[in-house]
Amino acid sequence: MWKYIPLILFFGLVGFLARGLSLDPSELPSPLIDKPAPTFQLQSLFDSSEYNPESFTGEVWLFNVWASWCRACITEHPELEKLNKIEGLTMVGLNHKDVLDDGRSWLNRFGNPFDTVVFDQQGSTGINYGVYGVPETFIMDKKGVVRYKHIGPISEEDLNTILLPLIEQLKAEQV
Amino acid sequence: MVNRKQQTVVHVLLIQVCVMLFVLLMPASSAHSAETVLKFDSDEQAALYLRLTEEFRCLKCQNQNLADSNADLAQDLRNEIYDAVINGQSRDEIADYLVARYGDFVLYRPPVKRVTYLLWFGPFVLLLFAIIGGWRLISSKPTITAPEPSEALEDARRRLNE
Amino acid sequence: MIAEIGQFALILALCAAVVLAVLPLIGSFIVQPQWMALARPAALLQLLMVTISYLALTSTFITNDFSVLYTANTSNTQLPLIYKISGVWGGHEGSILLWVWVLAIWTGAVAIFSKHMPAVLLSRVLSVLGMISIGFMLFVLLTSNPFERIFPIPVDGASLNPLLQDIGMAAHPPLLYMGYVGFSVAFAFAVAALLGGELDSATLRWMRPWTNIAWMFLTLGIALGSYWAYYELGWGGWWFWDPVENASFMPWLLGTALIHSLAASEKRGVFKAWTVLLAVLAFSLSLLGTFIVRSGVLTSVHAFASDPARGKFILYFLVITIGLSLLLFAVRSHKLKSTANFELVSRESALLLNNILLLVACAAVLLGTLYPLFLDALDMGKISVGPQYFNAVFVPLMLPVIMVVGIGALLNWKKDKLKGRQTTLLALVILSLIAGAILATQFDGYKITAAAAIGLAIWVAASSLYGVYYRLRNKRNRLSAAMHTPAAFWGMTIAHIGMGVFTLGVALTSMFADEQTVRMGIGETHELAGYEFRFKSIDEVRGPNYVAAQATFVITKEQNSVSTLVAEKRVYNVRRDTMTEAGIDGGLTRDLFIALGEHLGNNEWSIRLQYKPFIRWIWFGTVFMALGALLAAVDRRYRVAATTQKRARNTKVATGAATGAAS
Repeated sequence: MWKYIPLILFFGLVGFLARGLSLDPSELPSPLIDKPAPTFQLQSLFDSSEYNPESFTGEVWLFNVWASWCRACITEHPELEKLNKIEGLTMVGLNHKDVLDDGRSWLNRFGNPFDTVVFDQQGSTGINYGVYGVPETFIMDKKGVVRYKHIGPISEEDLNTILLPLIEQLKAEQV
Repeated sequence: MVNRKQQTVVHVLLIQVCVMLFVLLMPASSAHSAETVLKFDSDEQAALYLRLTEEFRCLKCQNQNLADSNADLAQDLRNEIYDAVINGQSRDEIADYLVARYGDFVLYRPPVKRVTYLLWFGPFVLLLFAIIGGWRLISSKPTITAPEPSEALEDARRRLNE
Repeated sequence: MIAEIGQFALILALCAAVVLAVLPLIGSFIVQPQWMALARPAALLQLLMVTISYLALTSTFITNDFSVLYTANTSNTQLPLIYKISGVWGGHEGSILLWVWVLAIWTGAVAIFSKHMPAVLLSRVLSVLGMISIGFMLFVLLTSNPFERIFPIPVDGASLNPLLQDIGMAAHPPLLYMGYVGFSVAFAFAVAALLGGELDSATLRWMRPWTNIAWMFLTLGIALGSYWAYYELGWGGWWFWDPVENASFMPWLLGTALIHSLAASEKRGVFKAWTVLLAVLAFSLSLLGTFIVRSGVLTSVHAFASDPARGKFILYFLVITIGLSLLLFAVRSHKLKSTANFELVSRESALLLNNILLLVACAAVLLGTLYPLFLDALDMGKISVGPQYFNAVFVPLMLPVIMVVGIGALLNWKKDKLKGRQTTLLALVILSLIAGAILATQFDGYKITAAAAIGLAIWVAASSLYGVYYRLRNKRNRLSAAMHTPAAFWGMTIAHIGMGVFTLGVALTSMFADEQTVRMGIGETHELAGYEFRFKSIDEVRGPNYVAAQATFVITKEQNSVSTLVAEKRVYNVRRDTMTEAGIDGGLTRDLFIALGEHLGNNEWSIRLQYKPFIRWIWFGTVFMALGALLAAVDRRYRVAATTQKRARNTKVATGAATGAAS
């Protein structure tokens, strides 16, 4: 009977390999999901007002990490503009490891989809949010809990199939 | 039959095995010394820094540790680790800090927990089974299939085979 | 035109492979000598056609024919000729064509060197090889055609990855493939044995040299890859436990087990089913390695651009080849009866232990390599399994192997009372440990681990040499007896000593290596491990297809000049990639390694200095192992014995075929 063991093990292995073909090894789940948004205290990109996650408590908010040096950020820009039109969603941008003027002129050139943009030259907020590839997008519920993380540019499909339904759901949730 | 002298040999070999296993499995004290671009308070800190940058994965890269990677993020994380080491944090504290942000993926040495039991203990369980199997193979053989050939005959056969 | 010839030749080769895979096999069952006789010409025709196809692709590289998509993606007019030739296997499509060519070469070699093999066996072996060829040729033609044209034709090619523009890297894939693919011969023998329901010692004798040669190539291929990583990647490491490295290491581990179990099966008729299983598994792991490297299921530094369609094809291919051969094993291997028995203290037991440990070590590498995939597929999180895991698990599994390697070789078959040897062995163990303890004082900072490791390496060499002495002990004229001792024995001894050399290199490098990353300006000096490194100058130099910043260092030790080293940071013209070319002063007892890092401004540079004691011994050890395998393979007994066996077997051909067909 032991002679069938290699065959059985092999077919088990094939199952995993077949599953592996449809997985993306470079896509990482965030350990922050269902945890309170990591705190930060950052200045606005445009003036001296300061913001922290509590500033947005009570609202569903989207936290988009972007930079003027990030090419993929241009790709997802139209989707952010669409998100900006949603009622009851606060759009917060994190200008990550950028130069103040570059960040500003990028928004002037492509349009500002954010309600608030905070600026982090050092990138330590990015590290606290586990950012490893810009752009990344987080969605927080009304209690300030991280509910979703998107890595890489948001596509139209991502927007329609994942983000919009989730945002509607979070808006409906009671505090 | 195993005679006494043979037993001694076997015992000495077993002891040799145990000593070497013990010695080689002890946490190796790293021989690396300071990265003098960075300043450390002690050699232990310098060694810890180097060990940690080799133990954590650069998330952005294909398959590289933080020490070998030139990526921007790797540089940032090296700085974080440097600051933590200088502030006297331990390996576990720094690992927890990174895992809280990036998940277990950042660790090249996977933590021992329920989902990794198979990974960590599987090989040794398999070894146990294999040795039991091998033992049974040796001892279960019918030993009376043929009359025991004399030493001389056996020797002659061996020469023929060579 | 040339590209079309190449593609057409490959299609013809596929036809030859189909003939090879079908007719001789059927012929061997229905006893049709004419059908069986087709095996050799079909194998040779296949070799000719694949060679034409491969040369056609090479010629598009040499003539800068960028109308061929693959050539345009991989080559460039500025590329030196040698890298145009090696660039053919610098990308996925060409390297898989190289794989097909290597398989055709092995198949052709079996056809040429097997004139004396029984026709039934030969036709089955070649047929199985033909089936593997079909799979890979279809893979090339359907998913990875290197002859595809593009329009409009680009003016120049995109050029080869500069990492691959190196002699070591040029030679690495062919050696590796010779090894990987070489195991297909042992695999084919194993499947033929299962089909025929018998595995006699004549067949096993045929298998041994083929397996040894394949193993030799694989050993050299892996070693060269490791050496290349050491001097070219610029990190100074020699093994990273990367999935792609593991993919080549797993077949090596099982191949090593196979070589040893073949010895036991041939000489004593034991472990036959096991030997067949190992032969199947060793090649299966080669195929699995191909899947891992080319499907993108695992993240690796070395992986080819991944493509799930290719992954799917290889997976189907794996299911068919490995699945069928393992099924065949499950239902047929009971026919392969092991005849002899043996006692606890015997050569057989030692080989069994060797096999158990190598198999478990291989399983551990497989588990570690695929575990991230397992967890991900079950949605149980993402983890990384890196060198820290492999060192922790693999090293304790391999240590016992290294410890008993010398003893196993001097045990008698069947039953050994260790008569007259136990005292000597005991003395050798103690002397080795004492010698280790003394030699370890030569290093900075005494380490008990270092003493143990040096003692172990000395023990491996001493017990192997004692094996030589023991063999010649009763001979009157030892020199002439030594001359008449079979090459296989010397091969074994040399390979085992190589294991000791390798162990020493690994242990000392990992324990006593020293490194510093320093900020240095021109004229400044830094000291590492007793050596003074003076940063003499930095110049801009132009290579054939790159521009480099070239740093010159003068190294002295206690005021004596040691060497002048040049480390470069190159920027390649076409792809604008930056490459670090380390400056290395190699030596028997240590390497000094300088890598040029970032320019920090003010003429100051970040410099990585490394001191690597005994690192070359790692590769010396592998060269010894490969040499040992070669010696064992050319042992004339295999050829003589095979011819005499042939006479005995010839009469049995018809009966053998009938048995095969009936069962």
